[in-house]
Amino acid sequence: MLSIQNLHASVGGKDILKGISLEVKAGEVHAIMGPNGSGKSTLSKVLAGRDEYEVTAGSVSYLGKDLLDLSPEDRAREGVFLAFQYPVEIPGVSNIMFLRTALNEIRKYHGREPVEAPEFLKLVREKTRILDLDESLLKRPVNEGFSGGEKKRNEIFQMAVLEPKLAILDETDSGLDIDALRAVSEGINKLKSSENAIIMVTHYQRLLDYIVPDFVHVLLNGKIVKSGNRELALELEEKGYDWIREELKEETA
Amino acid sequence: MNEIEQFTKSEYKYGFSTDIEQELAPKGLNEDTVRFISAKKEEPEWMLEYRLKAFRHWLTLKEPGWQNVTYPGIDYQDLYYYAAPKKKPQLSSLDEVDPELLDTFAKLGIPLEEQKLLANVAVDAVFDSVSVTTTFKETLREKGVIFCSFSEAIREHPDLVKTYMGSVVPYTDNYFAALNAAVFSDGSFVYIPKGVRCPMELSTYFRINAENTGQFERTLIIADDGSYVSYLEGCTAPKRDENQLHAAVVELVACERAEIKYSTVQNWYAGDENGKGGIYNFVTKRGICKGNFSKISWTQVETGSAITWKYPSCILKGDHSVGEFYSVAVTNNAQQADTGTKMIHLGKNTRSTIVSKGISAGRGNQTYRGLVKVAKNADGARNHSQCDSLLIGDRCGAHTFPYFEISNPGARVEHEATTSKIGEDQLFYCQSRGIAAEEAVSLIVNGYCKDVFQELPMEFAMEATKLLSISLEGSVG
Repeated sequence: MLSIQNLHASVGGKDILKGISLEVKAGEVHAIMGPNGSGKSTLSKVLAGRDEYEVTAGSVSYLGKDLLDLSPEDRAREGVFLAFQYPVEIPGVSNIMFLRTALNEIRKYHGREPVEAPEFLKLVREKTRILDLDESLLKRPVNEGFSGGEKKRNEIFQMAVLEPKLAILDETDSGLDIDALRAVSEGINKLKSSENAIIMVTHYQRLLDYIVPDFVHVLLNGKIVKSGNRELALELEEKGYDWIREELKEETA
Repeated sequence: MNEIEQFTKSEYKYGFSTDIEQELAPKGLNEDTVRFISAKKEEPEWMLEYRLKAFRHWLTLKEPGWQNVTYPGIDYQDLYYYAAPKKKPQLSSLDEVDPELLDTFAKLGIPLEEQKLLANVAVDAVFDSVSVTTTFKETLREKGVIFCSFSEAIREHPDLVKTYMGSVVPYTDNYFAALNAAVFSDGSFVYIPKGVRCPMELSTYFRINAENTGQFERTLIIADDGSYVSYLEGCTAPKRDENQLHAAVVELVACERAEIKYSTVQNWYAGDENGKGGIYNFVTKRGICKGNFSKISWTQVETGSAITWKYPSCILKGDHSVGEFYSVAVTNNAQQADTGTKMIHLGKNTRSTIVSKGISAGRGNQTYRGLVKVAKNADGARNHSQCDSLLIGDRCGAHTFPYFEISNPGARVEHEATTSKIGEDQLFYCQSRGIAAEEAVSLIVNGYCKDVFQELPMEFAMEATKLLSISLEGSVG
């Protein structure tokens, strides 16, 4: 589904990503872990198309298309979804209005008719039920006055409605207490299928207790320096990142 | 590359001009001009006297300079004060209206044939200095509602005009009010009799066409005891390189338990992206809640004009009377606006609400200026003001000047103000959900204006939404 080859990116002339390669197939869950400043969030934003980041080398192919060639909205319309680390408030625009606009833009792109209001209402209600969310969420303005946990749950709700093929979850676990973390994770698990893929960017392995990844990658200084399975995450939790840095030094020495 | 940059490309689609033979007053302003206008309109002596008094007063005044806008001085001797299509404006039926004029209004989306109009809206169409026609007059007359041009009201309903004209905005009020009283040409007159709920929306459409001509219209709406009326004005002008002066006066009188809802969708030509041309919109609008339990509600969507300078206000004289002001003002490119309201609480238990939403883009500069005044005897007065500014891009400006004069210790006055910016973050957030930047701006702006748009009659709310996205077209790259 997604093939990243030797991706380099910089912001303001500073290199952040220094040659990332990653293969993601449908049905897979990948966790990308790393300390602060390793480039995790940059990777998510580059994939979603934030234009303050400049791609200086490498390529990203997504479902046979050159992802980097697409505008951010076209990436979304092609099924890429970024769950934001810091979801943005849009005062006065209700969640339901926002999502209907988004869904219709996506449908238009695929040459489909806009969704009728009653049909849409049915759809979003069903999704709130699946995710065990209060329906009052629909009428509230996008993220305005939401608690940290509500914002993150709202991201997952949007994901449920837009049904992306590739979901990139940028630190979706940060700022959540344990109950909220469980709720968000359960939501994500319900949306997982053999058709879609998930990339989770996270600091901590605790999220991985709830959403079990097929692959774990360690990002250090703009590069994936180690890949493994679930066990690797546990090891990181226990030992931190220093031992990997040590390993790397030995290798280069 | 900055996503939020160029904010300039939208085309003003009402910028055409109508080529029609017209009759002008001699250029310049003196007593003869005033007499000329009055004679043209075949006015009675008392009206001419009123104009002359106003004119003599105007001569003693100085153009005000306190507003937060800049423009080169206006040469009042270099303007025409009267321009009318040459054919006789006194019409008994539409068949006598110059087809050129019908065409003009049709092009503006205002067909004047009744069968083509929105079924529930009566229209008075004003072209430069004269009212072209008023629709649905008969239907309204059955209910006793008077809806006609101001000139006609002077002829047909002199007692009402004499009683109320200048009672809310006297000619001594300010420079432009004095000027208007001296040279006003036409406008709309509305009288809703006791206990009548006006069966349709009333609407006046103002069109400036002539070059170098000031438009000075006057509107007077009287809602007698227990009546209700919803009134809407719209306005456009051709694109011209010179600035044009528009100095209108609107007076509203709400008697006991009467309600007047006054909505404006103002789309005068705003000038080009460098600030050349456009309308100077210097307007005095004021209503008085004369009777107990009366209500006046102003809703305005201001997207046009090079400079907008106006403060639709309410004098809350009757006990338990209510004043409301809902405003969306857009300044794009080089547009300037200094707008707001005055709520004067005189009666007991009077309430007022102010919701002002400013949007600045390009190099637009915008000021909210509002006064809440509570008189000594206005026990139980309450006000809530909400003044928000939204900035698009980083070359525009927004300023808020709220004034409070509270002489009653029991008054409850609340003021909230916010300034926000459509940021890259918001746009990217929308884009990452499949919504392109242009669409995202429109979504964000409409969300921001929701509190005001929901006060507009439905059809006009839709028009306003559309207008807003047109004025903001090209705001993002």
